[in-house]
Amino acid sequence: MTTAQSPTPAPPVRSLPPHVRGWLLIAPTLLLLTVLLIIPLILVVITSFGARDPNGNVIYTFSFANYLRLIGITDEGFDPLYVEILWRSVALAFQTTLLVIVIAFPLAYFVARAPARRRNLFLFLILVPLWTNFVIRIYAWIMILRSQGVLNGLLGWAAGLAGLPFQPLDLYPSPGAVLVGMVYEFLPFMILPIYTSLEKIDESLFEAAADLGANAVRTFWRVTLPLALPGMVAGTILVFIPVMGTFIVSDILGGRQVILVGNLIQRQFLDARDAAFGSAASIILMVLTLVVTVFYTRRFGFGEEIVSA
Amino acid sequence: MPEFAVELRDVSKRFPGPSGEIVQAVRNVSMQIRDGEFFSMLGPSGCGKTTSLRMIAGFELPTEGEIYLHGKPIGQTPPYKRPVNTVFQNYALFPHMTIGENVAFGLEMKGVPKSERQARVRQALEMVRLPGYEARRSRQMSGGQQQRVALARALVNRPEVLLLDEPLGALDLKLRKEMQLELKRLQREVGITFIYVTHDQEEALTMSDRIAVMDHGVVKQVGLASEIYEEPNCRFVADFIGETNFIDGVVASVDGDGYGEFVAGELRFIARVPAGISPGRKATLTVRPERVQILRDRPDGRPNTFVGSLRESIYIGTDTRFIIDLSPTVQILARQQNALPIGMPVMEGPAGVKLWVTWAPNSARILVE
Repeated sequence: MTTAQSPTPAPPVRSLPPHVRGWLLIAPTLLLLTVLLIIPLILVVITSFGARDPNGNVIYTFSFANYLRLIGITDEGFDPLYVEILWRSVALAFQTTLLVIVIAFPLAYFVARAPARRRNLFLFLILVPLWTNFVIRIYAWIMILRSQGVLNGLLGWAAGLAGLPFQPLDLYPSPGAVLVGMVYEFLPFMILPIYTSLEKIDESLFEAAADLGANAVRTFWRVTLPLALPGMVAGTILVFIPVMGTFIVSDILGGRQVILVGNLIQRQFLDARDAAFGSAASIILMVLTLVVTVFYTRRFGFGEEIVSA
Repeated sequence: MPEFAVELRDVSKRFPGPSGEIVQAVRNVSMQIRDGEFFSMLGPSGCGKTTSLRMIAGFELPTEGEIYLHGKPIGQTPPYKRPVNTVFQNYALFPHMTIGENVAFGLEMKGVPKSERQARVRQALEMVRLPGYEARRSRQMSGGQQQRVALARALVNRPEVLLLDEPLGALDLKLRKEMQLELKRLQREVGITFIYVTHDQEEALTMSDRIAVMDHGVVKQVGLASEIYEEPNCRFVADFIGETNFIDGVVASVDGDGYGEFVAGELRFIARVPAGISPGRKATLTVRPERVQILRDRPDGRPNTFVGSLRESIYIGTDTRFIIDLSPTVQILARQQNALPIGMPVMEGPAGVKLWVTWAPNSARILVE
């Protein structure tokens, strides 16, 4: 009755053309995104083609030197330093995502199949670690992994009981420690979307599969997993992208051994004071992330198609 | 000894309830379902019909007793090893598969080769009148169509028994009536034993060869549709199926031919009486409203003839319902079909008008709980 399209005359103030109203509605968001995202991004792009003067200020020129340096082309010939960093970042992001899926799926399944009144408690427990500061949680892993740490202590104690010789494992700092830290850090972001997908599956679908002759294993592969795919896709996007750019985990647990793009960018801006080169690295990181994400979502979608049924 | 498609012998099912108590869903149920029949389990919600069906399917295991499928005990067999298939109330079609993949799923699990699978899926979809729907997805289909797909998905496996759990519950009335006839046709065509769970008595009467009426986890009566309706063995069955009159009173005398005299206050009735009931027992007399005849004048020499005063007459389209007081405590409901040509005088009158009612002794039954 009160829609503006109705033939009965509406108050003149409210009868703005639909497209004008649409623009008005998105204006606040648009403004925010323009000021805080689009303009800074353009500045980063412009800076990335610049150079550094001896005082660490940006000289605005148009040169591909920063990009060439990133892919290893220098005046002295091929230098694989930055290519290795980029490759390490992508590989670590893939490893992290894969491990997180493998660990998150059973957890999410367990929560989704738990009695309804217990599910909230479990979800709460999954979220509790997020209340602690990110950096402190990563520092906690130093306590666990270092040579006189909790893990080596336990192993030494167990070895002592069994009467075996024990040499503390050299777990920290190491690339492995960085991987553990990343997996730990991003696990909740995979559990929650997978849980949401699993929780939506109607119990009768499992019964229907069993009724049609599928045992538990085949039901899992043919029904449970495909229906949880949207959650895994959403979780992958939530995990892969931040892992690509994070520098704190590798900084703390890698002990300067593990340098990722994130660390590279941070150091260029703060230590080396080469904002132009840092900007170029940022752009490369964005492009890499975008390429992987686009490829992935082309293949699996954003994870909304199946759920809507 | 007759071969039964499904037999339940002293089956009980107990669940732990939400607050730790034990819920007994099914109590010592024994049923024999014949090969090739359309068998319905009918009862109000919570009567144990769905639990019984789920035990036959294998989704629940009986706490006690055994279930036989063509003579073989299957009570503890997991569902995927039972040669029965189920049509679920909410259809339970796999949303990530096409209709063709859904229907082929059971065949695929059995290892039927792909070419045969395709042919059988096509056949099954033709049987439920959805030819060529293989590539569609369930969310593009109406409830009635999804129902047919669910049927095709079950029947394509040629199960020994097809289990249907209130499959028409989510459909609107018109579609439901259509599907009832369609189901009956399909059952005759494929000759498979159907076990059908419903709380809708009309649906059960329309489709079933035999019906089991259940209440509180117990089977009250098993019989042909006409037996259940015309010869209920207890007050619950008479009450649950259709409309009926109940008159509370006492059995006065019993003759040897299955008839007895029944007294309620001043009124004396002749009615059929089950064997084993002795005079003096408190009982209930039941007579269906459509068996009660209404007359303006006293009929001659008929038993069960009473005079009463009209309390109310209600026109309901096909019928008119009359509520008549026979005594201060006994009221009777009668139904007359509006079958006379329109314009002919109908039986009606102001409240309080004097009318005669009568029914044949074999239309009324004496029931004890």
